[in-house]
Amino acid sequence: MTNEVVYGMPLLLIMALSVVMLLVDAFTGKNKIIAYYFSIFSLLVVAASAALTISPDVDPGFIETPMSGTSMVFGGYAAFFDIIFCVAGILTIFASRPYLKREYGEYKEYYSLILFAITGMMLISHSNSLLMLFIGIELMSIVFYVLSGFIRTRVTAVESALKYFLLGSFASGFLLYGMALLYGATGTIVFPEILKSILSGSADMTFIRVGFALILIGLAFKAAAFPFHQWAPDVYHGAPTVSTAFMSTAGKAAALIAFIIVAKAIIPTDIAVSNITDVTIKLADFTDTSRMIIAIIAALTMLIGNISAVVQKNVKRMLAYSSVAHAGYLMMGIVANNENGWSGIMFYATAYMFMQIGSFVIVGVIERNNERMNFEDYSGLRKNHPWLAALMAIFMFSLAGIPPFAGFPGKYMLFVGAVESGFTWLTIVAVVSTIISMYFYIGLVLNMYFKDNDNPFVVTDISSARITLAISVIFVFLLGILPNSLIELAKQLF
Amino acid sequence: MTALFLTLFLPLAGALFLLFVNRDKVGLLKNSALGVSLVTFCVSLILFFGFDNNNPEFQFVYEAVWITAFDAGFRIGVDGMSLLMVMLTTFITPIAILSSFDAIQKREKEYYIMVLILQFAMTGVFLAADLFLFYIFWELILIPMYFIIGIWGGKERLYAAVKFFLFTVVGSLFMLVAVVWLGFYAGTELLSTSTGFTTNYFLIKEVGSRIPVDIQEWMFLAFALSFLIKVPLFPLHTWLPDAHTEAPTPGSVILAGVLLKMGTYGLIRFNLEIFPTASMNYASIISTLAVIGIIYGALVAMVQTDIKRLVAYSSVSHLGFVVLGIFSMTAEGLQGGIIQMVNHGLSTGMLFLCVGMLYERRHTRLISEYGGIARVMPNFAVMFAIAMFASVGLPGLNGFIGEFLTLKGAFDSKILGSYWYTIFGATGVIFAAVYLLWMYQRVMFGTIDNPANRNLKDLSTKEWSMLVPIVVFIVWIGLYPATFLNVSDTYTKKLVNKIEILKFNKPAFDLPSIAPAEQDNN
Repeated sequence: MTNEVVYGMPLLLIMALSVVMLLVDAFTGKNKIIAYYFSIFSLLVVAASAALTISPDVDPGFIETPMSGTSMVFGGYAAFFDIIFCVAGILTIFASRPYLKREYGEYKEYYSLILFAITGMMLISHSNSLLMLFIGIELMSIVFYVLSGFIRTRVTAVESALKYFLLGSFASGFLLYGMALLYGATGTIVFPEILKSILSGSADMTFIRVGFALILIGLAFKAAAFPFHQWAPDVYHGAPTVSTAFMSTAGKAAALIAFIIVAKAIIPTDIAVSNITDVTIKLADFTDTSRMIIAIIAALTMLIGNISAVVQKNVKRMLAYSSVAHAGYLMMGIVANNENGWSGIMFYATAYMFMQIGSFVIVGVIERNNERMNFEDYSGLRKNHPWLAALMAIFMFSLAGIPPFAGFPGKYMLFVGAVESGFTWLTIVAVVSTIISMYFYIGLVLNMYFKDNDNPFVVTDISSARITLAISVIFVFLLGILPNSLIELAKQLF
Repeated sequence: MTALFLTLFLPLAGALFLLFVNRDKVGLLKNSALGVSLVTFCVSLILFFGFDNNNPEFQFVYEAVWITAFDAGFRIGVDGMSLLMVMLTTFITPIAILSSFDAIQKREKEYYIMVLILQFAMTGVFLAADLFLFYIFWELILIPMYFIIGIWGGKERLYAAVKFFLFTVVGSLFMLVAVVWLGFYAGTELLSTSTGFTTNYFLIKEVGSRIPVDIQEWMFLAFALSFLIKVPLFPLHTWLPDAHTEAPTPGSVILAGVLLKMGTYGLIRFNLEIFPTASMNYASIISTLAVIGIIYGALVAMVQTDIKRLVAYSSVSHLGFVVLGIFSMTAEGLQGGIIQMVNHGLSTGMLFLCVGMLYERRHTRLISEYGGIARVMPNFAVMFAIAMFASVGLPGLNGFIGEFLTLKGAFDSKILGSYWYTIFGATGVIFAAVYLLWMYQRVMFGTIDNPANRNLKDLSTKEWSMLVPIVVFIVWIGLYPATFLNVSDTYTKKLVNKIEILKFNKPAFDLPSIAPAEQDNN
């Protein structure tokens, strides 16, 4: 096999397998177990093939191949994110089966939807041109609209899907318009060419500025960053809890990798200081303002996300708002726009995936008919379900960024990245908002452990969600105590 | 080095073992927790006897890189100051566990696991020679302590647990920013390491004084905020009375005995060592707050109606002496501060044990409920009196040594440059006598007015075995403090030299030159 086939394999496989998945749907009739296992199998295969291409000996981390022309990259960070998406998908599917069976009914389309969403995300992480990026984002978003309204008999689900769809398409419009302006200014849609054009000073900076601002709006919407985060709590609340877990982790990671790709191409951070010309002054000005804008967005996202989460009575909404705040932490890496920042995003996105999916799955295990999600419902949880309570407590401590759990090294890396690039004030804001967030994370632990249970209930059908929880908690510990190998890997990939 | 590893990891291994013990086998749970902590104490004795008192540097050093990209390492070792703190930890924990046998009557399995994890984290704080590692242990303390207060605490335990958690976290997260900043600055500007980032304490403490003063002051404040909340220094002390009062007896013993020392330990280890210039600049402000704390704590303690709350406020007062001694930046002051940390751990820990024993019998802590206890519990009265006199600072017992040295250090201090600190600080000793003796008188003497107090049992064997070891050390330090002062002697002299050279360009002491500690990297 030639090199490009090997490196293109993850993408080829996911595309082929998601189409095959539809056929499996069609031909297996009432037998649902085949679709379930097939989807897990497909994702494992894709993750394995991505793992083959991640090898650090491919320098500089990605290669351009004749097959793709220049519109895609392979290996390196793209492969890394492929694995993240697939793992998130696997974890979600394990937890989805018991949840869907109980709440709505198991429909096989659900599994193919997850696969298609992952196809979109992988297109994003592999994209090297504006067009490919947009296709990926749209594919992912459309699947998300469907996923959020999957339980169509529920009013909240319909509201959630409609809201997401309307606002989401609006954001896509912004994104596309911004891309058009960038193309107009630089005459190319390939990212390295865009960077070259900007650095050479031939591009019209006004269009670049406006274009970048519009793209920023679009991506901020997809990542649920302030002030475009309003949809997130409603959508996350109405969607099936398991798909919320998927959307808020893999979806966020995809939005962030899109952010990284765009920021790397448009914001030149390593301008030669020695050679001061009109162009470099203009560029430095552009870099400073755009970084400052992203930093302000990041700061407000963390603060608003956590402050809104403080007043929530519903655990699912609390987690939704806190996921907004986590988007803010992740964006610190974009602001830093250096190696530590990018690898910080990779590490934090991985760690965040495990802790967030874990906590959403527990919410999903405990809820009934979109009810029983309030803080009081968790009172005395440890009495009947000591394991669930212990896991939830671990996930909460990890989300709060307390060592020795996975959230801490991730935050540490992002802080290092931000300090390195001179944004110490942003780390201070992050710290303040972390302090605010302690209140509700600790509050949930307090409810589970220190209060007594008024209406004891028994969770019966955890079944395969156990696998998700076990994997998540193992990695929350592992990444917290021995983060070195993942950090080293992440550093080599950019 | 093996002893160092065992001291650190035995409690963790014990906690893991308890995880697999059936929760109904309460006896096994209790005994194995106690056994583990006793063995840990014995192991730490090896450290104590193997320690070279003439060497001011870290000993038994072990280094391993943990996160290559940030040069964060698993670096541990002990020096003169941390050795005493480690010994205090390994000594207090078995006593606290023994006192839990009666005080903790529900969910024993979780409880003993939490206590052992707590011991692991506390030992780690004192052993860590890496800022990243230190921060991990520092934060790790929060989780077990939060559960101990929240699950096994008194009536207001929810409020106290959350307050404890939030107060501590506020300080430590700002410290985290400072750690990151310092790691970056030291890595790129001062040391130019290959990764451009380091949290290696051995390296950073050598170059810390080269940081420009204005940056040093910010760093100093960020670190100090975290430590001063933990100490706690007036006006950051408000979490302490709640946490102490609501925590179960063993929780209070550990809190007073060891946890508060982490704050003062951090002040010496990081603030004085890494930011000496900033420390000198802020010495008078912090010393003033310490003196206010001494007097304020004493005055508030005087009006308490709850014995445990009274002892809690006395901690605010006593730790003021420690902070005053530290920021006098003289050898006497620092030595006094360090020995006073040990003293306070012993005497206040013992006071909490005594209060706990009363509470076990009567289930109230109000002074007005008692009176004439000495008539029915004569042995207890003697023990309680020893703890009280140690706390007051009676000559011949341990408290006197520490308070005398800190006050003398503050008096002689050229950096503070004023004897008013000592004059006002010394009033704290008098106030301590007033509130403790008054409390003792109301609880112990007089006639038994309350019929419920008529038939109280005197000390049991278990209670004797908790109190006697502490009394031994209280008297030992009181009569022959040199055993312990010698351990930290060269360390403090070296630290004072470092400060004096910065300030006056000449060292205060002649230290024998010693080859740097051999680093054992196996």
